Amino acid sequence: MAAAVELEGVNVTFGDFVAVRDANLTIEPGEFFSFLGPSGCGKTTLLRTISGFIEPTRGSVRIGGQDMKGIGPNRRPTALIFQNLALFPMMTVAENIGYGLRVRGVPRHERDEKVKNLLIQVALSEHGHKKVSELSGGQKQRVAIARALAVEPSVLLLDEPLSALDLKLRQHMRTELRAIQKKVGITFIYITHDQGEALTMSDRIAVMNAGVIEQVGDGRAVYAEPRTPFVASFVGENNQIRGRISDVANGQATLETPLGTLKGRNPVGLKTGEEALIFVRPESLKLQPGTPANGATAGFEAEAVDVAFEGSVTHVTLRVRTGQKITATLSAASGLALPVPGETLQIGFAPQDGLLLARPERP
Amino acid sequence: MSGPGGLTLVLGLPLAVALIFFALSAYERRTGLISGPGFFQRNGLAVGLYLVIAVGFWAFFVIVLPQLAMVEMSFRPKLPPSQMGGPKDIYTLENYRYFLFGSTTSTASWNWLHIKAFFLTIAVSIAITLLNFAICYPIAFHMAQSASVGRLRILLLLLILPYWVNEILRAFAFRVLLSSGGVINQALMGAGLTAEPIDFLAADVGLYMGLSYAYLLMMVFPLYNAIESLDKNQIEAARDLGAPWWHIHAFIVMPHAKPGIASGCTLVFMLCAGALAAPLVLGGPRTLWFTPIVYDRFYQAFNWPQGAAYAFILLMTCIAFVLLVLKAFRLSLGEITR
Repeated sequence: MAAAVELEGVNVTFGDFVAVRDANLTIEPGEFFSFLGPSGCGKTTLLRTISGFIEPTRGSVRIGGQDMKGIGPNRRPTALIFQNLALFPMMTVAENIGYGLRVRGVPRHERDEKVKNLLIQVALSEHGHKKVSELSGGQKQRVAIARALAVEPSVLLLDEPLSALDLKLRQHMRTELRAIQKKVGITFIYITHDQGEALTMSDRIAVMNAGVIEQVGDGRAVYAEPRTPFVASFVGENNQIRGRISDVANGQATLETPLGTLKGRNPVGLKTGEEALIFVRPESLKLQPGTPANGATAGFEAEAVDVAFEGSVTHVTLRVRTGQKITATLSAASGLALPVPGETLQIGFAPQDGLLLARPERP
Repeated sequence: MSGPGGLTLVLGLPLAVALIFFALSAYERRTGLISGPGFFQRNGLAVGLYLVIAVGFWAFFVIVLPQLAMVEMSFRPKLPPSQMGGPKDIYTLENYRYFLFGSTTSTASWNWLHIKAFFLTIAVSIAITLLNFAICYPIAFHMAQSASVGRLRILLLLLILPYWVNEILRAFAFRVLLSSGGVINQALMGAGLTAEPIDFLAADVGLYMGLSYAYLLMMVFPLYNAIESLDKNQIEAARDLGAPWWHIHAFIVMPHAKPGIASGCTLVFMLCAGALAAPLVLGGPRTLWFTPIVYDRFYQAFNWPQGAAYAFILLMTCIAFVLLVLKAFRLSLGEITR
């Protein structure tokens, strides 16, 4: 079976501005695939390139094994759900859903039948005759999904469709979207800047930054095994400390930092003398009161600045000697006493919780 | 209106209007129809009073009164000044009857000359309106949805600049262009496309061109406004769902722009049917337009009552026609003013 979507060396430039640089990617049929990145990272441009509104400046887009060059959005087997949904206000809910079938010349009775089924599928059977403006945000969302599904696309593209909803509804729609995807079994390509959305819904995630796909992998991989400093700091909370590699051994490396010597994993194969960053998740930091005895475990001193108790966890903001802020998350389950602001603490972490990555030339 | 009576009317009427407004607002306030700061509280008594009087004065003296005078006049016979107000000065439908059954020779047979001119005017106005819509819709759509800011500015300038030229001058310019020895005929003959000059003016090409051009802006701007407010995503959504371009225009853009289309078409149709300069200057020798007839009633026949009746027939027919079309397209009069 051919891949649902293949990108091969896709570049999109607007004048001097490179919106997407060298995107290479294969998305499998039936996959829930997300593009995750901050606004302006080129993810929407990439989505519009797949849907056919933008022709790549270089490279090719293949959908179902077929090259899409010169094929307009109206003739691609994709359907796009817009950020603002773009429902047609002058049509009823049923007319909206049936629009794609109408332009395809599907006979009326067949169309009505199909629209009815879709209305049931998105739990809107009672609302077919209503105007779009009479629906709630979540209902509109479902109309947009039904309208896109009506044309039986092989790939459904979603451009941050949940961003306009309130938090509760957004979380509910996540599970609903995932359920719909499982039911219809087609490829979903989802664009978001919300890592929570990407992590909970996706089979795989492509993390994008400044037009470049930095890493592709499942949610666990991008969270636990980031390969670039951007991914490490964008997906989940992370602390970073700069330094220079002084020793490399057994997949681990030692980093000389202004805060002392720190040890971490070295998955990207950094060499001695290279500039590097070490990333440690807040939940991996261990806090100990007092100053350490000489020659204790890798660690450094910090002063607690702010302690925010949140029930199951407590976020502690600390200031180290260089003035940099570090966050640590303490689990209530650990049973440790909470620090007080102003207290001097000893911070440490296990070498397998530290992750060394090359420092980008221009941060 | 002269003497102290007239002066009282001029000063008293706007004041009366202001008082009516005042009473109305007080009444609505008491019955709870409106709430929040009132008109006079928001603007202050002096400014508020000025606004009400100014608007009332303008609406009454500039719009209502002249029209009423014309309507009144249209029901009176044509009399020499000495007999005005005399026993012969009665209300009559004679002027309206003349439009249907009248001529210089008899008043029994149908007045085909005027009736034909009347329907020609209406029919051609409809045609010009449709033509204008066909020309302006693509321009307006381009300006509203796809033109860059720079292009939009140039297009607007190109559209507006020619209208700095006087309407009659523009009509004569068309005459010069289209006449037998005009630029277009010379070019056609020079290119060997025709041997003889084509008489564009006799074929009314000039009239249609002049009329279309004269009211182009009246069509472009309402259309532009209406299309501009359409969310680009809707066009893209329709395209993404597989719609061909004509379907998008017919079922997405035009329904959205319906109020703009209606107000543009209404303006062009009304102005076209009432146009005077273009038909006078550019009309072919065999074409009799209705507005010059009205003009002739006033200034050639010196029959003001009849002219008023004719003008009124035209106005009423146009209004009825426009309302009918609006109803057919399920639009209310309020919507086209949006």
